Amino acid sequence: MRAKDAVGRYGEKVAVRFLQDAGWVVLDTNWRGHQGELDIVALDGDVLVAVEVKTRSGIGFGHPAEAVTPQKLARVRRLTGQWLAEHTVASRSVRIDVIAVQVARRGAADVEHLVGVV
Amino acid sequence: MGLGRTLAVSLVGLTGHVVEVEAHLAASVPGFSLVGLPDAALAESRDRVRAAVTSSALGWPQRRITVNLSPASLPKSGSGFDLAIAVAMLAGAGVIPTEAPGRIVHLGELGLDGRLRPIRGVLPAVAAAVAAGHRHIVVPAANELEAGLVPGADVVGAHHLAEVASRYGAEVVVPDAVSPTAVVDPIRRAPDLDLADVVGQDDARAALEVAASGGHHLLLVGPPGAGKTMLAARLPGLLPDLTPDEAVEVTAVHSVAGTFDPADGLIRRPPFEDPHHTATAAAVVGGGSGVPRPGAASRAHRGVLFMDESCEPLRTSKPRARCWPCLKTKPHSQLLRTMLHLCTSVPLARSDGAGSLTTSGLRMNRYPAPRESRCTCAAQSSTVTSLMPSCGSSQGSWRSTPQADSRSWRSTATTIPRRATTPPSARGTAACYVTWTRATSQT
Repeated sequence: MRAKDAVGRYGEKVAVRFLQDAGWVVLDTNWRGHQGELDIVALDGDVLVAVEVKTRSGIGFGHPAEAVTPQKLARVRRLTGQWLAEHTVASRSVRIDVIAVQVARRGAADVEHLVGVV
Repeated sequence: MGLGRTLAVSLVGLTGHVVEVEAHLAASVPGFSLVGLPDAALAESRDRVRAAVTSSALGWPQRRITVNLSPASLPKSGSGFDLAIAVAMLAGAGVIPTEAPGRIVHLGELGLDGRLRPIRGVLPAVAAAVAAGHRHIVVPAANELEAGLVPGADVVGAHHLAEVASRYGAEVVVPDAVSPTAVVDPIRRAPDLDLADVVGQDDARAALEVAASGGHHLLLVGPPGAGKTMLAARLPGLLPDLTPDEAVEVTAVHSVAGTFDPADGLIRRPPFEDPHHTATAAAVVGGGSGVPRPGAASRAHRGVLFMDESCEPLRTSKPRARCWPCLKTKPHSQLLRTMLHLCTSVPLARSDGAGSLTTSGLRMNRYPAPRESRCTCAAQSSTVTSLMPSCGSSQGSWRSTPQADSRSWRSTATTIPRRATTPPSARGTAACYVTWTRATSQT
């Protein structure tokens, strides 16, 4: 596994723990759909949330949230539709969030949760 | 989330509108959008502001930033909003206090290193801000002198974005001031020429003096080398200084045109414009894409517009000769006619809004040169014919309708000794008009 993939996996783990600590119910992780992957699908109360996790180990190439492009969000949106077509979940509405994880050299990673980005 | 506000000025033609610049910072995927009808130069402001803020070590907020220029329906153009956008954004991000910039007008273009660059049209912009009740204005240091010419304005000049931020209390290192650069190389105005330089031509000189004192237009007809251009160039020297109000008007036009050196203060002498006879319509009456820019006719506001070789289109056999195209091609000649008759402004409609460029007082009823005068001169090739309204009887009619004016022309022709330098074959007629644009101030 390449180093950047390891960073990504680590970030996704951190994000799942972050959401579970916040009382969310994580329904699915790394769900493969047509043309892509949803990082996390979770229930925030009765709202279904598709979460895109972006992890970076430094800000030399910009903040992790900056790397979430409109194209990537459009893909997440499309994949969310696919996920909903294949699953039956009683949710009031659907939302897309971004979790930006900055891995620190030592100590806990810095997690920033951006709600309702689309 | 954060909301920051400040003020800027949008110039449409010469009219300034105070614009509220709002920046909203939302916790979402980082992005920067600019709304409120920006033109191409203004839309690029996003990239300049971002680079300038980062270079100034002020820290770029990782937020979705929406900047609105209100009223959103008014088209805005140019790079003068950069500073206001940066300040509103910094206020929204909490880098500087939120309240303080809300009542202050910010003008200026940002360099990628955060330096403040001068912009055109600072004088009318500051005047509009002061008229709207906003006395406190921050401008680039290179524009400080010009902005300070507006009575009642409390102007602060800054060299760098960090300097502005630190004035508001941001903790940031202010780089050493760099010498301000002028927006364009200012045109050094030549000193007024003296009519004493002209030898002979008594009638033409008398006509020039009458035109200067009465605010009349003047048509000079004569062979090449007779001295028409020399005479016309000396008309501004006869005119009195501009009144303070006129000086502000004229300086505002030249500020927008970028032909004004603030180091010389307000323009207090009547301007002299002598566009070449092959100048395009846009060069003479003003134009340009987007928001219109003043042409020679507007730059001659309250001064002298000298249209040399105005007979050229008549002399040439080619119907589409490129001489004074604004007088020849139909739409432009109509535009010029409108301008000359209305005596107040050139209405120019553009995609980014209709502007009015002032040309107050331009009046010429028959153009190009009247045919009969041309014939007179062709017959007597060594004369300068000056046509002018008969001053005694026509004062009333001069100020009335254009038709009445055209009847009041009177021609005087004088034979002058042919100079050795004038080629004997010079038989053609050269003509020029001189238009003194001060007439309306008296009507």
